[in-house]
Amino acid sequence: MADPSTPPVIRARALTKRFGALTAVDAIDFDVAPGESFGFLGPNGAGKTSAMRMIACVSPISGGELSVLGMDPRADGPRIRARLGVAPQQDTLDMELTVSENLAIYGRYFDLPRSVIRERVTELLDFVQLSERARDQVESLSGGMKRRLTIARSLINEPDLLLLDEPTTGLDPQARHLLWDRLYRLKQKGVTTVLTTHYMDEAEQLCDRLVVMDKAKIVAEGSPRRLIEQHSSREVLEMRFPVGVQETLDGSLEGFGDRVERLPDRVLIYTDDGDAAASAAHERGLRPEMILVRRSSLEDVFLRLTGRSLVD
Amino acid sequence: MTTPPAVRVLEHELLLYRRVWRGSIVSSFLSPVLFLAAMGVGLGNYVSQNSGSVGGATGGAAAALGGVSYLVFIAPGLLASTAMQAAAGESTFPIMGGIVWVRSFHGMLTTPIRVLDVLLGKVAYIALRLTLVCSVFFGVMLLFGATHGFQAIFAVPGAVLTGLAFTTPIVAFSATQKDTNGFNALFRFGVIPLFLFSGTFFPIAQLPVFLQPLAVVTPLWHGVDLCRTLALGTADAAGVLIHVAYLGTLTAVGLILAHRAFRRRLER
Repeated sequence: MADPSTPPVIRARALTKRFGALTAVDAIDFDVAPGESFGFLGPNGAGKTSAMRMIACVSPISGGELSVLGMDPRADGPRIRARLGVAPQQDTLDMELTVSENLAIYGRYFDLPRSVIRERVTELLDFVQLSERARDQVESLSGGMKRRLTIARSLINEPDLLLLDEPTTGLDPQARHLLWDRLYRLKQKGVTTVLTTHYMDEAEQLCDRLVVMDKAKIVAEGSPRRLIEQHSSREVLEMRFPVGVQETLDGSLEGFGDRVERLPDRVLIYTDDGDAAASAAHERGLRPEMILVRRSSLEDVFLRLTGRSLVD
Repeated sequence: MTTPPAVRVLEHELLLYRRVWRGSIVSSFLSPVLFLAAMGVGLGNYVSQNSGSVGGATGGAAAALGGVSYLVFIAPGLLASTAMQAAAGESTFPIMGGIVWVRSFHGMLTTPIRVLDVLLGKVAYIALRLTLVCSVFFGVMLLFGATHGFQAIFAVPGAVLTGLAFTTPIVAFSATQKDTNGFNALFRFGVIPLFLFSGTFFPIAQLPVFLQPLAVVTPLWHGVDLCRTLALGTADAAGVLIHVAYLGTLTAVGLILAHRAFRRRLER
């Protein structure tokens, strides 16, 4: 947890965003401490991006209080943004410009001198492993490369606070792991990071602490480990039955583990000992097509908190 | 020695322009060549023959044109019209691109750049483009002998101002559009009728009497008349002042509306 003597990098109280009749963010409270890696986890439409855009000082707040780097976004937007690095959900790269031109012009937006920009472009391209593509048009890059370029671009001003809105959505596993590695290195350097994701594994990998958002509100807060401890069990037994069988299992699923969750395609048994539960199921004569014991994840937390699974 | 934010936006536009400047100059050159050859020389000779004396001031048509050849008459009008068309082109699709397609404006706004800076940088870029287009056009006028004395050069700033008077209101309009259908309507029912009926090709005195007041309030007529009187050396202070005030006001009002539309669209 944050040291109470250092002022938070972000402080939000009853932070609200409305679009006409729709409330996208409904009076949420949170603090982000210096050096912390903080996450907003939730399904599409939960309000994560709206919260991020307010923190990034591109979207005016509709209500409540927000301070970023000790300043008020309403009064000091440009001064705050000068110290932010932002990787938006949708890339805003210039397709017609080359990879290095994209970085350089973005550096100019911060009014960095050209000599500084030249140095940083070289460093950053190396950091995101795009040095060989420096002179290529962005149009020719793969999705993962564009995402890496967007992240490199967000670092051009050496930000004090990095905002990543769904950094790895739509990437293949290999591209995702490369990006995670780069983000982990930034975290080690002490860069304060706020990210949104609807991937549980990403939140577990990258966040010291996170809030789970659902329907514009924060429904849980804590470290990934603590959330799992509080809202799930240590292990999960997953069973998939042949079509039509699951509906006939009413009574025979009760009394296992701590809790039973029925999904359309499988049954989840929450328990501290998955193997024991699996043998117990076998003794009761349950014959699932597929049986799997795994560690509990944030996905299970989310399911517990909202009654819905996290899907893209 | 900080660079004003709007100038940084302008740097972005110039970086993009660097990729296309050759083609852009060629088409800025070819378009007036074609227009002046077809309308000024081709149609112009026909007009002069029918007026009874080539280039003279005695025939009916020549009198209506103020005693100059048709080529000299339409060249400054075409200059003003070209500025309008260039302005309309730069103020529609590229604005949609910045907001919807490339989303480059959104990228700028995650930095210290403000919405007003994006707008001013973009308008400054269009002003530079207009200056280039109009200068090249003027060069072609010289090649065709379509100028009437050295004061004709003053038609260039007149045409740039004409272009700007179209730029800011069209930018404001473009920033409210979700797709390009509105642009088609703008060109079909705005730009082309103005091009045809604002005094570019014939004096508006030739229009039906009831249409003449309508022509006089259109921005292009002010632009055409400003450029033509400056080019032919027939301008008087009051006329120039009225035209400049009209076009300047339109530019300023357009800028205010565009800022409002940009904020509504980009600061959500």
